[in-house]
Amino acid sequence: MLNYVYQLINPKTISVKYEEIDCDSRVIVKPEYMAVCHADQRYYQGKRDVKILRKKLPMALIHEACGKVLHDPTGTFKPGENVVMIPNVPGENFNGEVYENYTGGGFLSSGKDGFMRELVDLPPDRLVRYGEIDKRIAAITEFVSVGMHAVSRFELLARKSKERIGIWGDGSLAFIVSSILKRKYPESKICVIGRNINKLHQFSFADELFLVDELNEKFTIDHGFECAGGDGSYYAIDDMIRYINPQGTVVLMGVSESKVPINTRDILEKGLIFVGCSRSGREDFENAVSFLQDKKIQRRLRTIIYETEAVKDIADIHRVFSVDMDTDFKTVFRWEI
Amino acid sequence: MIFGAILAGGKGTRMGIDKPKQFLMLGNKPIIIHTIEKFLVCDRIDKVFVGVHPDWVDYTEDLIGRYIHTDKALSIVPGGKDRNGTIFNIVDQIESEYGENDSHIIVTHDSVRPFVTLRIIEENIDAALQYGACDTVVNAVDTIVASDDGNMISEIPDRRTMFQGQTPQSFNMSLLKKMYLDLNDGEKEILTDACKICVVRDIPVKLVRGETSNIKITTIDDMKIAKAMI
Repeated sequence: MLNYVYQLINPKTISVKYEEIDCDSRVIVKPEYMAVCHADQRYYQGKRDVKILRKKLPMALIHEACGKVLHDPTGTFKPGENVVMIPNVPGENFNGEVYENYTGGGFLSSGKDGFMRELVDLPPDRLVRYGEIDKRIAAITEFVSVGMHAVSRFELLARKSKERIGIWGDGSLAFIVSSILKRKYPESKICVIGRNINKLHQFSFADELFLVDELNEKFTIDHGFECAGGDGSYYAIDDMIRYINPQGTVVLMGVSESKVPINTRDILEKGLIFVGCSRSGREDFENAVSFLQDKKIQRRLRTIIYETEAVKDIADIHRVFSVDMDTDFKTVFRWEI
Repeated sequence: MIFGAILAGGKGTRMGIDKPKQFLMLGNKPIIIHTIEKFLVCDRIDKVFVGVHPDWVDYTEDLIGRYIHTDKALSIVPGGKDRNGTIFNIVDQIESEYGENDSHIIVTHDSVRPFVTLRIIEENIDAALQYGACDTVVNAVDTIVASDDGNMISEIPDRRTMFQGQTPQSFNMSLLKKMYLDLNDGEKEILTDACKICVVRDIPVKLVRGETSNIKITTIDDMKIAKAMI
């Protein structure tokens, strides 16, 4: 079957690639809802290093999407089943000890075509079915799964005392991570530290909210999650090292295009653990779907999702990326191309 | 119910080669297989019928057996003497299997347009359900020049009101049948386009946005373009 792939060929330039897809061994999924990630936006705007752009483009963007199974020659799914798509492609060295997203196979929308296609063909293990979840929320499952992955690694590595957990950032990632932590550790104080008071107020479920300049020497945390990214990474990491108690764990989740200087002297002195985390695998997707089944969580996430009009042609793709620039949290859209 | 009708009644004489063009390879599969596959994955279509020239029925069966592995209902119907003849052979087949029903929708499509998209098919279904008839079109890019005698220009219509017709063309099946049976033999000879039958009978036909890539592979140059596209 012939398929349409909507590729970014240069920053802000989309072109269609026509390709033949295999209907005999892979599941054919029609994408229904998609969400924009900062990573997509950086490619679209051309804010990645020129060498990276040259290496990775042309490429279809978007790695957060849900869809409907149209055809499955493997018999794993029935036509019409709702699924979320896993963009992570496990490498050959995946052995269970090193998790699938660290084995170097690849990632759809980073060097391989993402989900902006008429139809997506995937092996059955790259799909997770979901039930009673609003499609606009199912679209951000990948994003939630990254939070799930971070929290599961944190659980494995962090010391038992988790009285106070600090989350630096006031965007979508901080919102998701805080929500997961609040559910996982109901006895812990969830403290969110941000720069934008209006965005911070969205975190109604958190125990304590602070603007970055309100922190003082009395403020302490046992562990911290850095969800700032970009230019904010430096300040967030510096604060975390300053306010964290000895032998705490710092989970780094925000992506920065620049190298970030960090205060290694205090890391050594406090005996801190640093964990990097920005992707996820199948188990995290399953945990994310389970988390999203909760109607309370769905109501909470609806407050950070902005649905823009459906995408029906290439002009609409440009509109979505433009709208996303002015969206405080997550931009989602129906894919009707 | 909603039915796909893929029209492959041609013998391929326009391309001047042995095989009808719908059976030529495009990538790893014949053109007609790509087209059938796109209709088969459309979950709103209950059954797909393929109208082929009677001489090519067995050949098409072999191709489908080799390339298509699905449980979805698919039948081959011998084509008629022209395009409408093939459509009405399919209509007869549908009615013999499912009976007459005023709500049946038929989505007719050229087998040699393998670049049709799921969106176009679904918008055809929606338009046929709502309006009774629809045609897939793209805006005319070139200026359209009309000439009554083929020698001198008689009119240059405003390009903004001009569109180029593609397929699918989709209809409420009862409506289409009623109009076709109402034609005399002379009209049947002239009115080879099913949408035109609607237009001359003052039945509104909704436009569905096509794609410039939804090309009809009719000539060797078209084939070269299609191969270059993938």
